[in-house]
Amino acid sequence: MIRLFSLTAAFFLLSFFLQPLSGDDILKKVDENMFSENKISVSRMIIHGRREIRTVESKSWQRGTSESYTEFLAPARDKGTKMLKLKDMLWDYSPSTDRTIMISGSLLRQSVMGSDLSYEDMMEDPHLPNIYSAKVMSEDTLFGRNCWVLDLTAKKEDIAYHHRRLWVDKDRYVPLRENLYAESGKLLKTMDVREVMKVQGRWLAKSVLYKDVLKEGEGTEFIVDVVTLDAEIPDYFFSKAALRR
Amino acid sequence: MISFLFKGLMRDRSRSLFPFVTVLAGVVLTVFLHAWMNGAVSSMIQSTAHFNTGHVCVMTHAYAKEANQIPNDLALLGIDTLVAALKRDYPDLFWTPRIRFGGLLDIPDEKGETKAQAPVSGFAVDLLSSSSPEQKILNIRQAIVKGRVPQKRGEMVVGEELADKLRIQPGDTATLISSTMYGSMSVTNFVVVGMVRFGIVAMDKGTVIADVSDIQQALDIQNGAGEILGFFADDLYHEERANAVTADFNSHIKNDDQFSPGMGTLRATSGLSEYLDYVGVFSDVIIGIFVFAMSIVLWNAGLTGSLRRYGEIGVRLAVGEDKRHIYLSLLAESLMIGFIGSLAGTAIGLALAYYTQVKGLDIGSVLKDSSMMLPNIVRARITPLTFVIGFLPGMLATFFGTAISGIGIYKRQTSELFKELET
Repeated sequence: MIRLFSLTAAFFLLSFFLQPLSGDDILKKVDENMFSENKISVSRMIIHGRREIRTVESKSWQRGTSESYTEFLAPARDKGTKMLKLKDMLWDYSPSTDRTIMISGSLLRQSVMGSDLSYEDMMEDPHLPNIYSAKVMSEDTLFGRNCWVLDLTAKKEDIAYHHRRLWVDKDRYVPLRENLYAESGKLLKTMDVREVMKVQGRWLAKSVLYKDVLKEGEGTEFIVDVVTLDAEIPDYFFSKAALRR
Repeated sequence: MISFLFKGLMRDRSRSLFPFVTVLAGVVLTVFLHAWMNGAVSSMIQSTAHFNTGHVCVMTHAYAKEANQIPNDLALLGIDTLVAALKRDYPDLFWTPRIRFGGLLDIPDEKGETKAQAPVSGFAVDLLSSSSPEQKILNIRQAIVKGRVPQKRGEMVVGEELADKLRIQPGDTATLISSTMYGSMSVTNFVVVGMVRFGIVAMDKGTVIADVSDIQQALDIQNGAGEILGFFADDLYHEERANAVTADFNSHIKNDDQFSPGMGTLRATSGLSEYLDYVGVFSDVIIGIFVFAMSIVLWNAGLTGSLRRYGEIGVRLAVGEDKRHIYLSLLAESLMIGFIGSLAGTAIGLALAYYTQVKGLDIGSVLKDSSMMLPNIVRARITPLTFVIGFLPGMLATFFGTAISGIGIYKRQTSELFKELET
């Protein structure tokens, strides 16, 4: 009797641990893998426009989900331009005019340095489980990796992308592809991860191709050259005074 | 005979005054309406040419397809060479580069923080070259209501209402926030040196004008422009010449690249093509209605006159005057009245039209919420046709009115005349 009870308990425990992960669980694991409290990164955006290819280099300091500071390093015309995000506010500093402009309203929909990313994208909460509920739709193979295909639906109303479809690497918990949709169902942007890297035990995207499907051109490659996770970042980076320094 | 009839008309005012006044009124209205419609259409064409398309316009093919969105990423590049070639090949026209742009005008306070902000649409024009016709084309010097025209780089003028809204004065700094041709955010400081009243409500509310070299720098359009506009020397749009220049230019350009230049006429690039056709037809219809209405009135006048002159015509028939002769004399009288009425009506109509051509009529209050490029002051425009257009309804309407009403003469029986005259 005891043996029978033990076997039954073991069966239920096993079936509990073996049951497939839910969409929300996968999204949580993606978040745990990719998100670090602090991050310093040097990156390049290679923008494939209709007429020419431009490269924009920047260095970013990020603390938590709501604070980030970015300084553009190249090209020469944009060198010294800085962006500061504090909670739901975003400022842009232009050294040639010595003006700090708050980015709000329609300006948020403007492209960042002519790329396929908008300021609105930068303002988004990076913790996807906070703003989306996820469902596993199917499984797929992408770039030779086994993936879950997740459908994400916004939990809030005022979200730039009401609906997302993610292809998540089953082993590394990195999204390898993402399609972003408006509430109407219209596809707005796509993202393809071309290369991943392991940093301090986490799998992160190293090279990503963003494409605004409403815009002409071949998209924007976003390449992370250097990244340091959980770095100490002084408080003064996250103040408006830092922009003019 | 004509002299006899004329004397008759002058001595018996009762048979000439009413038809004369009717013809006069109709012709005055026809002449004035023609000049007014001419003026309204010409004003619109001129405003469109000056502020939008020129008489001909060179753009890249890609830009032309999306021109209403002002796609500066598709602008013409290497314009120095192109403008030089246009000046060499088509010396009858002035050629000038323009960049249209949109953005925000941000006014800083003492700390550099935003004090006021408004959306603007802008024109970058060649204001600083001594040979540039732009100040004349845009009439900027006369349009300045405060301050002055930009004299050096880094200066701009703004619409009067926009300046009032932002509470800026000449000498204040304004920051233009826009997009470079590559899509980056562009932030550029300007000194506002003047306020202009363009006389077009949509522009006075939200337009800024700066030198093209400043905007090339601000929007990163090096040696480029959205459009190169061509203007005929007399500042009038000559459609046939514009078509010829356009056809010649386009035949010499390889059309294998979306960024190669292409030329279009005002009619083709402004989107006014159907509108101008519509206005032409509408104008003809209005004048046709006038002629018809006047014919009815004068026919009625002729009938009344014939009834009133029933006795006179009866006596003339009774004394043996031929019916045909009476009918022809009535027609001759009507032609005289028509001619004199048309002459006087044309003179008065032209005088009114000339006054409106010189002074104009301010319709700004009607357009206060308009976003269309319509001038506040609408002026009549007298053309050679205005001098003769009144004669058509004036002469024909009286003639046909009398011709129809006079037919009754033939229906009268000579044998019945004395009986009719006794009663």
